[in-house]
Amino acid sequence: MELRFELNGKPVTAEIEAGELLFDVLRRLGCYSVKCGCETTNCGLCTVWVDGKPMLSCSVPAARMENHAVTTMEGLQEEAARFGAFLAKEGAEQCGFCSPGFIMNVLAMEKELCRDGRIPEKEEIREYLAGNLCRCTGYVGQMRAVEKYLRESRG
Amino acid sequence: MKKVSQAIPKVDSQALVTGKAVYTDDIAPKDCLIVKILRSPHAHAMIKSIDTSRAMKVPGVVCILTYEDCPDQRFTMAGQTYPEPSPYDRLILDRRVRFVGDAAAIVAAETKEAAEKALRMIKVDYEVLTPLLDFRKAKDNEILVHPEDNWRSLCPVGADNKRNLCASGKEEDGDVDAVLAECDYVVEETYHTKANQQAMMETFRTYTYMDVYGRLNVVSSTQVTFHVRRILSNALGIPKSKIRVVKPRIGGGFGAKQSSVSEVYPALVTLKTGRPAKIIFTREESQTASSPRHEMEIKVRVGADKDGIIRAIDVYTLSNTGAFGEHGPTTVGLSGHKSIPLYGKTDAFRFVYDVVYTNVMSAGAYRGYGATQGIFAVESAVNELALKMHMDPVALREKNMVKEGQVMPAYYGETANSCALDRCMEHAKQLFGWDEKYPSRDMGNGKVRGVGVAMAMQGSGISNVDTASVAMKVNDDGFYSLMIGASDMGTGCDTILAQMAADCMECEMEDIIVSGVDTDSSPYDTGSYASSTTYVTGMAVIKTCEKLKEKIRMKGAEYLGHNVDEVEFDGKKVWCPEDGSEISLKDIGNQVMCRNEEALFASEAHFSPISPPPFMVGMAEVEVDKETGAVTPIDYVAVVDCGTVVNPSLARVQTEGGLVQGIGMALYEDVVYNEKGKNFSNSFMQYKIPTRMDTGDIRVEFESSYEPTGPFGAKSIGEIVINTPSPAIAAAVENAVGVRIRELPITAEKVYREMKKQS
Ligand code: FES
Ligand code: FES
Repeated sequence: MELRFELNGKPVTAEIEAGELLFDVLRRLGCYSVKCGCETTNCGLCTVWVDGKPMLSCSVPAARMENHAVTTMEGLQEEAARFGAFLAKEGAEQCGFCSPGFIMNVLAMEKELCRDGRIPEKEEIREYLAGNLCRCTGYVGQMRAVEKYLRESRG
Repeated sequence: MKKVSQAIPKVDSQALVTGKAVYTDDIAPKDCLIVKILRSPHAHAMIKSIDTSRAMKVPGVVCILTYEDCPDQRFTMAGQTYPEPSPYDRLILDRRVRFVGDAAAIVAAETKEAAEKALRMIKVDYEVLTPLLDFRKAKDNEILVHPEDNWRSLCPVGADNKRNLCASGKEEDGDVDAVLAECDYVVEETYHTKANQQAMMETFRTYTYMDVYGRLNVVSSTQVTFHVRRILSNALGIPKSKIRVVKPRIGGGFGAKQSSVSEVYPALVTLKTGRPAKIIFTREESQTASSPRHEMEIKVRVGADKDGIIRAIDVYTLSNTGAFGEHGPTTVGLSGHKSIPLYGKTDAFRFVYDVVYTNVMSAGAYRGYGATQGIFAVESAVNELALKMHMDPVALREKNMVKEGQVMPAYYGETANSCALDRCMEHAKQLFGWDEKYPSRDMGNGKVRGVGVAMAMQGSGISNVDTASVAMKVNDDGFYSLMIGASDMGTGCDTILAQMAADCMECEMEDIIVSGVDTDSSPYDTGSYASSTTYVTGMAVIKTCEKLKEKIRMKGAEYLGHNVDEVEFDGKKVWCPEDGSEISLKDIGNQVMCRNEEALFASEAHFSPISPPPFMVGMAEVEVDKETGAVTPIDYVAVVDCGTVVNPSLARVQTEGGLVQGIGMALYEDVVYNEKGKNFSNSFMQYKIPTRMDTGDIRVEFESSYEPTGPFGAKSIGEIVINTPSPAIAAAVENAVGVRIRELPITAEKVYREMKKQS
């Protein structure tokens, strides 16, 4: 079947199988930043935005994207690089495999929780990002990067 | 400015944080055949027949391979230096299947859907055999996991397939029984650590294709690029010269990818069909048919005199290698070698071990590599000893810990050239607030907070074995290419080796380009494991740079019309202090591209006769719910002596990451089988790795010693950091609620049950 949706700001038409997952379609369309770490919606590596809200692309049938707007890191290169510099400074993109999904969620959190220059509490940040697993870093460096980034870009 | 000891971002960080296509599956050809494995539902069975006729009719299916298509020569998937201590006990596909999940057939199809459909249509007729599932009964059991006659052990490791033994041995110094008999206090307990999954976020994956020269090209997420070439040559029965292996960026390894778990399958498909092929393990496969930590049961006897001097340690380790022997003979050694030597005043030690085959998935290498299991046991026993003696466990350790300059009889008689364990303890004590918090605090809400401590050591490379070579050349305009064979698995060796090179060459990071591993062009390196890269490959970098500098000076002198001993090189130019004449590196780099017969290229190799241990101290505070037994980590302090810290941010993140894996091992992670050998821990739903809500605070500091044999004084850091959480947390639980859990993980049920027993 044919799917029409917006991908990273551009209208796209894609031929998809019924029941195909958004994750598979996105990678087929060349969005290689989107990763899979599980098949059970536990890891957060496949996080993309649908109409600006973070979603696990491994659990969404692609067909449901008809007329919706999907954003992957390919469409957020500048924002990713800006936060990514903080992550790299902490060395918290160790293998980097979880980084795209994590960064997509950090940027979503920034939009959602940091209105009017507010900086969320550590606990709030942790909770927002709880679904993003990382096996390399133990999360501490990621948290340092998030806090420094928010302070510097908000403060 | 010096580059070593600076927190320099990794050379590949830009690409990683912007999600560039750099991992195996991102760069695989789009027309790859998709390879899937049919896996055995039985823990032990013989294949009587396989009917693939219906499956072959599925549109898109290209080939289905069974044991009849595989060479009948056994090999090991363990990535180790030849001759491997791990036995040659595998075939790519075997008639005998040895665990639930063992490979029974390989399917290759144009699409994933077709491959999966074909899997369901293959009919296998199994003769189901009784599995051997209890590793305590495996030795000399009548059920044999490897009865076959072409099973081979290449090294004298005490292996015997007719006894289910993958390895066995004994080491001792002094008369342990006599010394223990003299001790005023003796603890004798048995500790049990379970299999754990490395659970790297990128599962096992490989793609393969034939190149223009008719050679098999293998691109794989591996830590052991060069070993994979040998393993494939053994498995497929083709010469090594016909194989090329390339490692792209890899999404974590932690030892899992020190075994060649996924490579053989697409390689066989490509050989048979001539077509590109790829395999991407599902998470389920990564959880059930992979290379987890060896389950071990460790019996410890430790004795002290009334003054608190630990005089003897006796360790017996029983290790479960599962269906195959990958890393079985070597991991077990560390359970004694990296635990007993922490104590410097013993008069005697004994270390005896057996490694047995059973019908569960093969174990493999996981960060810590046996040391983690041994340290859980010995450090737990020492904590129990302190309790028995009514002594502060920190004070007991301060009295007994190994000190710089001491000989360590249980560590191959090596001397601790660099050891800041005493400073680590002091620093940790202050930072943690040990004296205020020990042993526990009742929080008044049904919860008690207890604290615990543990020490750890590891090695830096495998002494007298690991070999690293490095090559470096000067390009036009004077920038350098640094070629290494070590496999960066995210831990940043491409970066820290470039930092070292930059300091040697007195240049900027930007002046050095690093290329990843390609067995066709990279200099040989055993690979990234055994905590060897910084220490062993680092030294090869230094040697190579020295050679290259010499060559640059020679060339510069020639162009200036001087003798080489009249000129100096300062990283930018070769110059003569006497007459002030000079020539820039840039000009040298350009001039050697014309009328030159001396390449500005150097390559050196290094190995080390010793393996200097890093040391560390970990202190844990946990909160235990007296009602439910639930344990919540509150605070973890670690102070590490890894010698000179080459890159502080990378070392810190390594430490934090290792601690959290260790906390996972202590509290959550467990590979569980049912009575038929089916693995229940087959997803992240069942196998709980810590999320960011499950770790408590983590605080890391460094106390550096200076290792005289290491590059810039450095030792290793990668593995040691996983070793302290289990024993420290077990002790913290005991100090909180008075129950001692000797089997990991320390779940609420276990704590609750013990508390009930006591009351
Ligand atoms: S792949 Fe793990 S949540 Fe989507
Ligand atoms: S950096 Fe490797 S999983 Fe997060």
